[in-house]
Amino acid sequence: MDSVNRFGPELILLAMAGIIVLADLAWPLAGAGAEKLRRGALAALALTGAAASILWSALLIAFDEQGTAFRGTISVDEFALFFNFLFAGIAAIVVLSSIDLLRGSRFAAEYHALVLASAAGMMLLAAAVDLIAIFVALELTGISLYILVAFLKDGRSSEAGLKYLLLGAISSAVTLYGMAYLFGIAGSTSLEEIGRVVSEADGDTRSALVLAAVFLAAGFGFKMAIVPFQMWVPDVYEGAPTPVTAYLSVGSKAAGFAVVMRVFLVALGDGFISSDWANVFAVLAAVSMSVGNVVALAQGNIKRMLGYSSIAQAGTFLIGLAAVAAADPQLLLGTSSVVFFLGTYAFTNLGAFIAIIAISNKIGSDEIADYAGVARRSPLLALGLTLCLLSLTGIPPTAGFIAKVYVFNAAVQANLVWLAIVGVLNSVVAAYYYLRVILNMYAAEPASEERIQPGYYLGLAMAISVVGLLFIGIFPGPLLEASEAAAGVFA
Amino acid sequence: MLSFIIFLPIAAVAAIALLPRERESWAKWIAAGVSTVILALTLVLFAAYDREPGGFQFMDRHVWLASDFVEFTLQYAVGVDGLSLALVVLTGFLFLVAVLISWRIELRPREYFAWIMLLETSLLGVFSAMDFVLFFLFWEIELIPMYFLISIWGTGRKLYSAWKYVLYTLFGSSFMLVGILVLGFTAGTFDIRELGQIDEIKDAVIPVQAIFFLLIIAFCIKLPVVPFHTWLPDAHTDAPTAVSVILAGVLLKMGGYGILRLSFSIMPDVARDASVWLAAFAVVSILYGAIVTLMQTDLKRLIAYSSVSHMGYVLLGASALGTVGLTGAAMQMFTHGLITGLLFVLVGMVYDRTHTRNIGELSGMAHRMPFIATMMVIAGLASLGLPSLAGFVSEVTVFLGTFEHHEFLTILGVIGIVLTAGYILWMIQRVFWGELSERWEGIGDATAWWERGPLLAMVTVILLVGIYPAVMLDLLETGVVPIAERLA
Repeated sequence: MDSVNRFGPELILLAMAGIIVLADLAWPLAGAGAEKLRRGALAALALTGAAASILWSALLIAFDEQGTAFRGTISVDEFALFFNFLFAGIAAIVVLSSIDLLRGSRFAAEYHALVLASAAGMMLLAAAVDLIAIFVALELTGISLYILVAFLKDGRSSEAGLKYLLLGAISSAVTLYGMAYLFGIAGSTSLEEIGRVVSEADGDTRSALVLAAVFLAAGFGFKMAIVPFQMWVPDVYEGAPTPVTAYLSVGSKAAGFAVVMRVFLVALGDGFISSDWANVFAVLAAVSMSVGNVVALAQGNIKRMLGYSSIAQAGTFLIGLAAVAAADPQLLLGTSSVVFFLGTYAFTNLGAFIAIIAISNKIGSDEIADYAGVARRSPLLALGLTLCLLSLTGIPPTAGFIAKVYVFNAAVQANLVWLAIVGVLNSVVAAYYYLRVILNMYAAEPASEERIQPGYYLGLAMAISVVGLLFIGIFPGPLLEASEAAAGVFA
Repeated sequence: MLSFIIFLPIAAVAAIALLPRERESWAKWIAAGVSTVILALTLVLFAAYDREPGGFQFMDRHVWLASDFVEFTLQYAVGVDGLSLALVVLTGFLFLVAVLISWRIELRPREYFAWIMLLETSLLGVFSAMDFVLFFLFWEIELIPMYFLISIWGTGRKLYSAWKYVLYTLFGSSFMLVGILVLGFTAGTFDIRELGQIDEIKDAVIPVQAIFFLLIIAFCIKLPVVPFHTWLPDAHTDAPTAVSVILAGVLLKMGGYGILRLSFSIMPDVARDASVWLAAFAVVSILYGAIVTLMQTDLKRLIAYSSVSHMGYVLLGASALGTVGLTGAAMQMFTHGLITGLLFVLVGMVYDRTHTRNIGELSGMAHRMPFIATMMVIAGLASLGLPSLAGFVSEVTVFLGTFEHHEFLTILGVIGIVLTAGYILWMIQRVFWGELSERWEGIGDATAWWERGPLLAMVTVILLVGIYPAVMLDLLETGVVPIAERLA
């Protein structure tokens, strides 16, 4: 029973996904009068599911119900709980911002169900401490997202879905290959067991371990969207429905980082192997930041630009990961800086994408050039997007500033000053393309004076994100405590 | 009290943001009211500051963020000593001036005054922050208002200039961030006062010299020092008048303040080694800046380049590392803020009336605008260091302080004064004296209260400081003596 209880937050999302689909099937029974309520009711069910999941996680903390479940395959600890909150919150905001998109769609129920299912998969990814469970979670997340990406069923969206599916399948295979190596060496699928074997390993198995680490990094790198596993990002981000793009950029990415931290810190955390992968991550961080930012400079489409910017941001998170092991496996600052950054990034990037949804709905374009004068047509929306972009740049008083300082601090403490310098120089490059959008909104003349009025739901989602990123920027204490508690799991 | 002053402009921003569109002309009244209150409050601080013990006063500190894992504590800590208080007063004064001379802004006035107010918060914050990360935070906030003010309300190549300004500053500040983090990690604190008491920075992950370099590069871009100055003429020239006043009057001082408060106080050993280099760069700035100024044909660009030259004196005085030199540097920051601020106000007024800044097209302005001309002569004479005006005090102090350390370089630096006399007098002669061409028959003098008021106030302060310099010198000295002791 403990197992089911601890698995509750995921379970409730999956159950709600099922209820939504069934409710949709049963809806015609309620008669024609109920038809116009359908769309709202489905979204409300999805939001209820997310809220119930958050509540369950909170109760797990309140009653101190942490521990492992299902014979040690998942571990519900502070780390997993942090991500439970994060993913349920992200799913709720994605549902809110999808309501306009689903107007008139016959598949609203499936859409909401898939969002919830993939959120459950992401939670499971953060909680899984067994290779099999990790793989199941990876597929649960992936398959739901493949369908969501292709949801629009037009040429762009289908192409994006297919691309995402093919590359996702390859990355799963690569991950599995890496897992097979670990299993072969350790004879167990439990991360902790593997970690024990690794810490006793001698020089003979080292090369095999490095190989396993490389395969796993490549497989998970696809989820994290880091260079050189980023080639799907721009096309998929551009083709997918924008709420799904937002979801991919924060949810899927955070899940990738969560599972990487689990696997690398627990199974491969021993000093003699961790310095190897830390170096790999340091290099990947530098490359991801530089490539992402430089290519983002040249983008005219704002979704593509944010796609490349998310690659660069992933590079910044990797700094924290590289800092974890570079100095000392016990140094938790790196881990907590990644967790903190993921938290701030969720608010920031969701806010940016929601603003884009609202603006694009009205002006019918994703081109940055068409954002001219948006500030005149909707001052609040422009202000919100501005704050999100400033947060992405890392300018105070937004959450991004604190996150930037915190993660670079981790790098400096881990003796990675060179990486910190690469990072800060990249933030100058990034400033150029983020501020260009802001400038376009404020300084350029609008093509028409018609007001842009975001819908009620979009406005609410936007307000949550912006208030969140300002709150963290001014009172970073609570989030910092939560991320340090989450990182403390690996002590 | 100090925190109240720092965040009062934010309240003004909120008030302005809530103004309905029909009432947008109230924005200037809100801004003027708030900046008057701020000026009054800074003057209260000025009077209440106890010079006998000196040191940091009016402190306000709270832990803002503390990590469990490592020594990583950020504080909200503000306070002022003699050095920062002078700059806080200067900020309060020049912002009121800036608001008044913007009285006739018609393009999106609410946004304009909101950005000006936000800028004031960030500058007051930079000068009173006592935590290095907080300092950096205010330092970065300043970019956004400047970026908008130049790119929306500017003239000429305003977009280019705004970009250049932002990217230069960001480039410098990104190095500064790494420097700050390394320092904080090594010393276990970001508190500026504690950092300023560490005997020697040991076992840093990078050499101390490298940390010094990371910090000073940001400050030298801001000051600016040749060859990092190229953003300055563009930004000054294309910014609206009030922003040029703030830029020259207050923003450049962030660089000088950073050098004295942070680079020198925290790493005195490296400062001693680097002193001759700093002096050399200072002299290059002074001379190069002055020579380029001589060649300018654009009135505003001329004043802008003269700033490069005059801020060189700040670095020169600082490089002497003694009490006299540092006082001179601090004094130069204060007087340059007033004098160049005044020059920009006047140039802006001339431009408002003639719609040209080309010196070749202007002549005989004194006939049509005697008041502006008189003010310009006073400002010009102050700028070239005429005794009894403010500029004289600071320049003499700088040279007195520097001479014993860098004899030869000081002598070279003095040549700058001669060049200043050249370009200032030549400019006044070409623009204000001479025949009045028919084209300028219709233009008038500065007559409105919001034009004459700031001008008279600035001239009064320039005269006051020139005749009775102790009013500022004493205060500044209490601020720089501890720094000089560290450097000795």
